[in-house]
Amino acid sequence: MTLITILGLALIMIGLWGMLTQRNIIKIIIGFSIVDTGVHLIMVSIGYLKDRTAPILDGAVDKTEALSKVVDPIPSALVLTAIVIGLAVTALMLSYAIKLYEKKGTLDINDFKELKW
Amino acid sequence: MVKKIFVLVILVFFAVMLLPLAKDLTPFQELSPVAKKYVEDGPDELGGANLVTSVIVTYRGLDTLGEVAVLFIAAAGVGFFLRKDGKSNESKKRSSSQILQSGTTFLFPLILVFGVYIFLHGHLTPGGGFQGGVVIASGIVLLLLSRVATKINTTILHLVESLSGAAYITIGVLGLVLAAGFLDNRFLDLGEFGTLLSAGAIPLIYSFIGLKVGAELVGIIDNMQKDQQ
Repeated sequence: MTLITILGLALIMIGLWGMLTQRNIIKIIIGFSIVDTGVHLIMVSIGYLKDRTAPILDGAVDKTEALSKVVDPIPSALVLTAIVIGLAVTALMLSYAIKLYEKKGTLDINDFKELKW
Repeated sequence: MVKKIFVLVILVFFAVMLLPLAKDLTPFQELSPVAKKYVEDGPDELGGANLVTSVIVTYRGLDTLGEVAVLFIAAAGVGFFLRKDGKSNESKKRSSSQILQSGTTFLFPLILVFGVYIFLHGHLTPGGGFQGGVVIASGIVLLLLSRVATKINTTILHLVESLSGAAYITIGVLGLVLAAGFLDNRFLDLGEFGTLLSAGAIPLIYSFIGLKVGAELVGIIDNMQKDQQ
């Protein structure tokens, strides 16, 4: 149980709350981004090892002692991927929002009833 | 009221579902076996000082190819939704302030060079193709904000994007033919550890990723900006 994991969970819950309660589509997208950030935090915290440094070998971390000095590089690589994908998905959602606004002149989610039953 | 209770129930469900993750997660004391192999063999095997880059570009290179594909599809989707048929109707835009214009004149070349620096040194320092591409795109945003009449040449943009994407795949196939597998960086000389010209094809691959990501993000920005007119 680490502080970062709890903070990540808190961010996920805040984002979910935002996505479920907000009516403005832009705010829903912001909620999604907050969930994204929370997931990234949790992933990074899983790969973190106490008192260790970034997995980059230079003057401070020698090749031979790297095993005992660096954190797990795989979650970092995964999070890097996830950030870029998050950016792309956010851009796509915002362009949806632009199009929806052009069609109806509103961003209130309650005004889009086509998929309601 | 019903909706509020419903939302509350969903949130409580999620909290209960995710809580064990936080509660039972004991911090690891040492690296996982896979990470151990990457850290132990990576520097000698691939010659990259930045192990995260080694993982992204080579060990999990196929994932990165998929990531670039997702980014491309998202950029294509933005272009599809925001496309304008015919000629855009020119609306009068307020020109930006003197401070922003002078600042951009000074900063824009520096930002571009910094972006190139980040993706060229991806195998040595924190950074790489994606970060460098985003930095370049942010420079273009600054340019579009200060010089409101700027038109981005989409032909060059698409050319850079397609050529760097094709070069990325070509390097991957070269690794398959000349070295051990797809996206293997060892068909070029590994060079001296920790110098700019080291780690085989990793700087080359990351440069092409940087150009591609930069061009794609500039395309997204350009589409969104055009749509406002």
